[in-house]
Amino acid sequence: MKDKTFTLKQKSNLKILAYWTIAWTSSQALVTFGSKLIWPESTIFIISTILLNIGLGIGLILANRKYLIEGDELEKKIAIESMSLALGLSIVVGLAYSSADQANLIPFNAEISHLVIFTGISILVSIGICRKKYL
Amino acid sequence: MKNIIREIRTNKGLRQEDLGEQIGVSRQTINAIEKGKFDPSLSTAFKLSKSLGLKIEELFQFDE
Repeated sequence: MKDKTFTLKQKSNLKILAYWTIAWTSSQALVTFGSKLIWPESTIFIISTILLNIGLGIGLILANRKYLIEGDELEKKIAIESMSLALGLSIVVGLAYSSADQANLIPFNAEISHLVIFTGISILVSIGICRKKYL
Repeated sequence: MKNIIREIRTNKGLRQEDLGEQIGVSRQTINAIEKGKFDPSLSTAFKLSKSLGLKIEELFQFDE
């Protein structure tokens, strides 16, 4: 790794992050659909896939951390600004959404998946805004 | 913060990619620094200064 140039190292870290993301997303699909369609009765399989999902999730977090720590200075600034916006929006909107659900102001139940989707969209939009600002 | 990095870099015949590789940042970062959209860290400013052969205060002008 010492001999690698900066660009090659960044590409390599991004590739590793992509592999972990694919693995974790696949395990999430396995947890969601496996427990409903493949092994609905087997508690041991359901627990095993959840443990696998958590393990791969930790790998994904560490790969993302490494990518950011060893990454480009401007990319770090963009990531910090985007993540702070996404985190703030998720907490504020998430709690307001939950309160609206408790007060029966929305016609459906507030699910954690809605918050995950909202956070994902927030971070993508924030990254787009920050990239336009600096690049 | 204003700077004369683009001028010095082109005089030395370096591309943004080359300078970025030398100091360990991306081409986009060099571009953002040259345009004054992004102020580099002290460590990157020292690397730029060393790589371009000028003092930091010659490369950057603090603009109040």
